[in-house]
Amino acid sequence: MMNYSAGPPHPTASQTTPGTTHTPAIRAEDLTVVRGPRTVLRALNFNVPRGQITGLLGPSGCGKSTLMRAIVGTQAKVTGTLDVLGRPAGHRTLRTRIGYVTQAPSVYDDLTVRQNLDYFAAILDPGRTATDRRHDVDRVLTDVDLNSHADALAGNLSGGQRSRVSLAVALLGTPELLVLDEPTVGLDPVLRRDLWNLFHAIAADRGATLLISSHVMDEAERCHRLLLMREGEILADDTPDALRARTGADTVEAAFLHLVDEASAAARNKETTR
Amino acid sequence: MTTTTATATAPAPTSALNASRTTATAARVLRQLAHDPRTIALLLLIPCLMLILLRYVFDGSPRTFDNIGASLLGIFPLITMFLVTSIATLRERTSGTLERLLAMPLGKGDVIAGYALAFGTLAIIQSALATGLALWLLGLDVTGSPWLLLLVALLDALLGTALGLFVSAFAASEFQAVQFMPAVIFPQLLLCGLFTPRDNMHPVLEAISNVLPMSYAVDGMNEVLKHTDMTANFIRDALIVAGCALLVLTLGAATLRRRTP
Repeated sequence: MMNYSAGPPHPTASQTTPGTTHTPAIRAEDLTVVRGPRTVLRALNFNVPRGQITGLLGPSGCGKSTLMRAIVGTQAKVTGTLDVLGRPAGHRTLRTRIGYVTQAPSVYDDLTVRQNLDYFAAILDPGRTATDRRHDVDRVLTDVDLNSHADALAGNLSGGQRSRVSLAVALLGTPELLVLDEPTVGLDPVLRRDLWNLFHAIAADRGATLLISSHVMDEAERCHRLLLMREGEILADDTPDALRARTGADTVEAAFLHLVDEASAAARNKETTR
Repeated sequence: MTTTTATATAPAPTSALNASRTTATAARVLRQLAHDPRTIALLLLIPCLMLILLRYVFDGSPRTFDNIGASLLGIFPLITMFLVTSIATLRERTSGTLERLLAMPLGKGDVIAGYALAFGTLAIIQSALATGLALWLLGLDVTGSPWLLLLVALLDALLGTALGLFVSAFAASEFQAVQFMPAVIFPQLLLCGLFTPRDNMHPVLEAISNVLPMSYAVDGMNEVLKHTDMTANFIRDALIVAGCALLVLTLGAATLRRRTP
């Protein structure tokens, strides 16, 4: 079993994690994304450190999913600099190094859970032996607690179970970066706790980087760092402790609301002085 | 639970076409179908039932049955594979699985070739059943080799798969996808020479029919119907249908975008 502390971790953990270099896992400079007539992300500048869990928080529609799509390289019309694991986002060599879970479960409903995982494992690394792939599939099934449903059709599962199948696909292989778009939505508290324990284990044991979006603020407390977003901009990029200290709030939720109000007031002032 | 440490051996990188990824994709498509026995039954039985119907509609004129029956052996696989492929790839696009696959080390060619391989296999079974039924039970009178009929039917199925893949890029919903069937297939059906010889048509329509691939599919079938040997015309027709299928498959690959808006 894993031996990590579930409490607020040390912000300097990444510097001491073995096997990581000093370049950040994700580096964005002046990152802008346009979708149709809208500018969804406005000139973002931020770094995501390696070997840690970074929470991406903000109200729905603020650009979280677009940012994640840009990082995994499926988003069109991205300008500025966006380096992922030392390569430009979307670089072909990154495709085996990143695990990505979309918000809506993206699995084949007319295949069983195991057939889904077998297929994606074959795509990820066709060079491995069948036994190796089978072990990998068994491991991720255990990770998401779906062993008992391995032979059920994905389409017959509940919403929470289907999103766990989708998560299991991203855990196949040994991704260095996991980009998870709201992976715990619709899950019960026990499962959510177990998955967060798993995320911490992946970061601690493997030194993998996790970027996890959520709009559930109590999950924010479990992240090493937080990126707070609002209307395509980054409001704050800090540790949960530092955020609370800076805003004088008790919880990350209160800190977030404080920052949003501050930003709204600033925007109003700009309007009126114009 | 155990988490493995990062291994030193890197997985095979993305390439345009990788044999094991292509066959894995084809196997996956067939596995999806295996969970849907009704679709398989419909795919295999409907062409047979239509041929039986046709045989007795033209009970009094076996020559007409020979002509239309041979043409239909080429047209059925084209239409059914068109429909199945366009819906299957549309579902792949709308379910997010295509986005996931293209974020993984899967080449666009692997997706296309995987689908073509899976549906091509299905088309071989479908055509074998329909051709066998027509030749040995319904008395379809063909001068040439039944293998050549099967070859054209397979090429037609690939063309249907290719067209289905291509148009699915322009369909935002299943409603639109099925409407592409009359839009893409019906004009070809009317102009392919099934209802009246192509040289009897208005010159403008004849010229149009000369650039539609289904015309060559039907011409090819008719060559087999009338000649014992592989004629030069047959080879030309088969090559045109195969070329069109390849061209449209390439166009279909171009519609698969790793980055979407």
